[in-house]
Amino acid sequence: MTVLLEVTNLRTEFNARAGLVRAVDGVSLRVSRGECLGVVGESGSGKSVTFSSVMGLVRSPGRVTQGTIFFDGRNLRDLSSEEMRAIRGRDIAMTMQDALTALNPALTVGEQLAEVLEAHDETLPSSGSARRAAIRDRSVEMLGLVGIPSPDTRLRQYPHEFSGGMRQRIMIAIALACRPKLLIADEPTTALDVTIQAQVLELITDIRERLGMAVVLITHDLGVVAEHCDRVMVMYAGQVVEEGPTDQVIGQPRHPYTRGLLASIPRPALRGQPLTPISGQVPDLVGLPPQCRFHSRCPLARPECLVEVPMRDAGPGRRARCLRLEDVE
Amino acid sequence: MSLGKLLERIIQLVPVLLGVSLIVFVMLALTPGDPVQIMVGEQAITAEQEAELRRDLGLDRPLVERFFLFVANAVQFDFGQSYYHGRPVADVIAERLPATIELSLVALIVALATAIPLGVLAAIRKNSIFDRMATVGSLLGVSLPGFWFGILLIMLFAVHLQILPVSGRIGYASEVLTVTGFLLIDTLLAGDIAAFGEALRYLLLPAITLGLPMTAILMRVTRTSMLEVMRQDYITFAEAKGLPRRRVLYRHALKNALIPTVSVAAIETGSLLGGNMIVETVFGWPGLGRLVVESIFLRNYPLVQAAVLLYAVTYVLLNFIADILYTVLNPRVKL
Ligand SMILES: Nc1ncnc2c1ncn2[C@@H]1O[C@H](COP(=O)(O)OP(=O)(O)OP(=O)(O)O)[C@@H](O)[C@H]1O
Ligand SMILES: [Mg+2]
Repeated sequence: MTVLLEVTNLRTEFNARAGLVRAVDGVSLRVSRGECLGVVGESGSGKSVTFSSVMGLVRSPGRVTQGTIFFDGRNLRDLSSEEMRAIRGRDIAMTMQDALTALNPALTVGEQLAEVLEAHDETLPSSGSARRAAIRDRSVEMLGLVGIPSPDTRLRQYPHEFSGGMRQRIMIAIALACRPKLLIADEPTTALDVTIQAQVLELITDIRERLGMAVVLITHDLGVVAEHCDRVMVMYAGQVVEEGPTDQVIGQPRHPYTRGLLASIPRPALRGQPLTPISGQVPDLVGLPPQCRFHSRCPLARPECLVEVPMRDAGPGRRARCLRLEDVE
Repeated sequence: MSLGKLLERIIQLVPVLLGVSLIVFVMLALTPGDPVQIMVGEQAITAEQEAELRRDLGLDRPLVERFFLFVANAVQFDFGQSYYHGRPVADVIAERLPATIELSLVALIVALATAIPLGVLAAIRKNSIFDRMATVGSLLGVSLPGFWFGILLIMLFAVHLQILPVSGRIGYASEVLTVTGFLLIDTLLAGDIAAFGEALRYLLLPAITLGLPMTAILMRVTRTSMLEVMRQDYITFAEAKGLPRRRVLYRHALKNALIPTVSVAAIETGSLLGGNMIVETVFGWPGLGRLVVESIFLRNYPLVQAAVLLYAVTYVLLNFIADILYTVLNPRVKL
């Protein structure tokens, strides 16, 4: 499989009142065409900021200060804002973490779908009425695709007239409208109840297979990752701490943090057992010394861990950021 | 808008109007100065003649009785005779009203047309030199006294540069048939483009003076709400869709940001009424505001009372319009 997205040594910083927040610090990752990469990590670990950086959507006071983002052979960081705009929505699409606030309350769903086609779709006829009809057909098709009943009347409605699950699907329909090569789905299932969660994920996987699109699936739910992702990347305090094929990482986690995460999932088999969440807090991201960020919470921490730890080979196609990999096995 | 809500508003109007009438009545009574004395002036009249005049005007009766009489008549839309015009107050007011409405509307348009683009620009260039200058400018705009600013404009454009007229509503040269009372419309109806331009020239300075505080307020409101909207997720999502920047700014952001601006504009239009009195006096504008000021000096009680009632109704009406506009612009709110 050829590489679609390759991020190397990405750093994104926020100039906050408390000081410089390094929300993303030296993140490298790779997504192949058609592949699904799961991204997990506690709240605040930098998942959203990493992929906002890829999209070129980090807002002031935030700034990407280092690294390269190669997509389809081009370094996105070298592109002008106009070139970047042409890629967004057409080649890389994103769904937002919160579907309830991501749609514009003052515009109809139809308009919000049509405008993305209008902005990117070169196959549309150029004449006025034929163009409008084509956009309408495509909009109806997209809403149908994500399972919104009677799409032609629904297009005229406003976001508040839809349920949360439906808005999530509308957002996905908008993201998929131009058949992107990469979909970044930021927690597409939070705030949805379990049955709708499953439906939305099925939908994404289904469309991925049909369009041959790659997906980055950001989630808190390792069960979701196990079911839908080829590979998984675990983030902690702005860094990638473990990465590899899903079944291996989940079956045999190598990093103590990944083990902690897995131990904190309620599994049906273990029902009734007390949860063992990782004790302690995510460190403050301001002025972190260059050393293992997990050591204060790590059951295996040793004095020699207080150094900068690189990503290390942890088996075929796997890497982890821990000095004690050999001791964990 | 449901009928019930409309009815509710109308019922709410009753205590407001009663209260306003009472306050004005008491205030006029407490103000030193006697309408009869002012009317008579230097003329020598007998005590008998004076008593008769007083009786004619109904001023011989006790204050409480006069108040109830006023209310009883007002309910039937009878506001009495103007002491000075010898005609019903309602007629005198109706004659002056178009000039005031025309001035207010043009002031409103001037304010909206400058405040919205400036507010948007200040928001998208937050903390720039332009933004700072706009902040200082709007501070001045709300705090400069209208009469002072008006006189400044007159001195600059009318006296010094001599490109705009000093005062009045239209040059005597242009005689236009009165149809609506709005000169901008009447001149167009008459097909007299030159007179239309002339009317516009007369309107310009007073409209700018009148609209200045409103421009300042609306600019601040637009800037603030634009900044607030630009932080919303739906703007990030619009950007993630790769929409042209213009579309993100004007279709996605401004459409939401204008909701507060328009509501505030409707409410603030009420404050133009107060400004009218000053601006019309400074610019010799033959409208209701100047009439009311003159009537207060002359203790022309019936006219002042009727005009104040009209102001109160307008105020309540504008608030009502603000509510309606808010619901119309905001699809989430049901009428
Ligand atoms: N506007 C901002 N100003 C300052 N710091 C910010 C800002 N946005 C994000 N951050 C920092 O970036 C860190 C990572 O945030 P991010 O949203 O990427 O976390 P996340 O992993 O997506 O968490 P969640 O699971 O809650 O979505 C946060 O802990 C915060 O410190
Ligand atoms: Mg997030």
